[in-house]
Amino acid sequence: MEVLRLPLSASQKGKLISAGYTSIASLSSVSPSHLALELKVSETEALEILKSVSDGSRLQSTSSSFTIVNGAQSAWDMLQEEETSVHITTSCADLDSILGGGISCKEVTEIGGVPGIGKTQLGIQLAVNVQIPYDYGGVGGKAIYIDTEGSFMVERALQIAEACSADMAEYSRLHHKGPQACEVKTMQPKDFLENIFYFRVCSYTEQIALTNYLDKFITEHKDVKVVIIDSITFHFRQDFDDMALRTRILSGMALNLMKLARKFGLAVVVLNQVTTKYADGQFHLALALGDSWSHSSTNRIILHWNGNERYAYIDKSPSLRSASAPYSVTPKGIRPSDSNNKRIKHV
Amino acid sequence: MLYIKNLHFKQISIIKSLIIIFGGRDMANKRITEMGLPKSIGHIFAARNIITAKDALSLTEFELMELLDVGLAQVKSALALISEMTSPRYQTVQTLLDQRKQNEYLTGHLPTQLKGLDAALCGGLPFGALTELVGPSGIGKTQFCLKLSLLAALPSCYGGLDGQVIYIDVESKFSSRRLIEIGINSFPEVFCLDGIAKEMAGRITVLRPGSLTEFTESLQEIKVSVLQYKVKLLIVDSMAALVSGEYEQGPQRQHPLGWHISFLKSLAEFSRIPVVMTNQVRSRGANQISQYIFQESTVEDDTEKFDSRLVAALGIHWAHAVNIRLVLESRSGQRFIKVAKSPMSPTLAFPFQVTSMGIILLNDDGVEMAGPQINAIDHQGHSDIIFHGDER
Repeated sequence: MEVLRLPLSASQKGKLISAGYTSIASLSSVSPSHLALELKVSETEALEILKSVSDGSRLQSTSSSFTIVNGAQSAWDMLQEEETSVHITTSCADLDSILGGGISCKEVTEIGGVPGIGKTQLGIQLAVNVQIPYDYGGVGGKAIYIDTEGSFMVERALQIAEACSADMAEYSRLHHKGPQACEVKTMQPKDFLENIFYFRVCSYTEQIALTNYLDKFITEHKDVKVVIIDSITFHFRQDFDDMALRTRILSGMALNLMKLARKFGLAVVVLNQVTTKYADGQFHLALALGDSWSHSSTNRIILHWNGNERYAYIDKSPSLRSASAPYSVTPKGIRPSDSNNKRIKHV
Repeated sequence: MLYIKNLHFKQISIIKSLIIIFGGRDMANKRITEMGLPKSIGHIFAARNIITAKDALSLTEFELMELLDVGLAQVKSALALISEMTSPRYQTVQTLLDQRKQNEYLTGHLPTQLKGLDAALCGGLPFGALTELVGPSGIGKTQFCLKLSLLAALPSCYGGLDGQVIYIDVESKFSSRRLIEIGINSFPEVFCLDGIAKEMAGRITVLRPGSLTEFTESLQEIKVSVLQYKVKLLIVDSMAALVSGEYEQGPQRQHPLGWHISFLKSLAEFSRIPVVMTNQVRSRGANQISQYIFQESTVEDDTEKFDSRLVAALGIHWAHAVNIRLVLESRSGQRFIKVAKSPMSPTLAFPFQVTSMGIILLNDDGVEMAGPQINAIDHQGHSDIIFHGDER
């Protein structure tokens, strides 16, 4: 390992190299006072340099103990983990089934679609559904809702929470006939709304800052199980002249979100707008932010009209088959499509 | 910030209060020196001309290490602090709901007094949101706007908001005569009072910007006056006219109204007023895009079926930005108002008429529309059926 790769400032690295210390091994037996003298720095600074050197070399030596590379995981362990991983239901059975049970925790899922198709509705629905307790087959977590567009409607959240609470009451009535019924607590709409942390983001700087800060926030609020960003696009579609900067900031943000998803085992749901794209001699609809952004999410779902029905299509996923399923938006929130119910009944 | 220089001394105090309301939320330009970083590192940031949070957060950790010449650990902790200070604070949705219920008349809605529509939108046009009216010319968009401005100006005992209205009239269609006519016919009990017509009309301020630049300037001024005078409604009629000359179809990276979208949104939100805009229509282009690449092409049937259809001007980016879209159209001799995009309402269509009272609904139940038709704008037989309420 070379000195260049140590997390030191540029001038310190420069001093080390000009004094002849190019590899970490060469620094391992140097005393702080000697180094201070040689680099013409204060002794405390030399001590700090040596500390980061020992941190760096420890990282290298312990790495071989469990896996080949430190911090890695074998594919077998990952499979075990995947099997125990949890999903957040979308309240639409067909959509859940093509998603393998719902929106997967530990992953970044991007959802896009034309205006009015129900992106925000799905976002609010997930913020409510994540709170369904374990007893009801849910995740029992809390939600963070990051609103960049100002499209979050409190009244709508209340409607969806009321419907969810009513469904839960119904469920417990059906499944716990007898004395158990009173033991299982039903959640009130108020409880649902208390557990959604709402952030209003007014500029892209705030958006970057918030994604950085989320790490700390979630450490303090461990039971957050879903982060919804509605939408990632809005601030990045205006006041940006430097497209290279935009791409870099976006990819940095995507990395941060992925880290969050893995570290805390939570689902990150990113809503995206659509734009028009020219390909094969024709204009098509495509999700906004361009090609480089399209690599940043693990799963990508496109909501679209198919005839008179709303459909969700899995555009990209490493583990799921590409498929599409109908859904509908009702006063109660996202629900299975009516006509599809009929079709299932026929079979 | 240049325009501040032109303002009177008196207004500076208002701007100060504005900075508390707008600027207080404008964390992006917050200075790093005010964030409580350790002094040593704070000075380094200042020395390298990284003044605001925006400057710092646009750079990567490694760029900062190079630029500031400090170690990774220090950069990381400084960035974490800057991020935390710049992030907006959270509120739970319950506290938001309680605040609205407590502070706002009618829980934050401007009733349109069209019963069916109000019911669908949970009480009317919501405060803090952008509502858009789309439709062919002559369908009644301006009539609707006139009625809305009257409603916002009316005293609250008659179901109004008792406030000032700013009406940005780009196409020079505003008619005071028509405004008062609608008032007299729909609220005879109010308008029979002496001098009330003068007072109501006096509350409506009409602006006529001639170009996009002028519009931009007046928006800046409006931001100040919305808080200074009790402005309860902002209308822009029409948004599309501002750019119709410059706008062209096809993929575009930056929308010509990109800045205005965010500005109007933040204005609506932080002063908690409804903003209403109208949008024009244009004919559906030959290769109108409504398909993703993975969808099978069904263009052939579409061209026949949708021939007489129109689409909203200003494109898909704009459509994403509005909170509520109401489409006004005419289909086989009947006019309809449709809730095309709304986070609250199902996709309903209501038949309406333009009369001497302005727009009235023929029934309050509404027909639920299936599928993407809710977005289509029909124009069939429109010219034959214009109902001249004025001439009665």
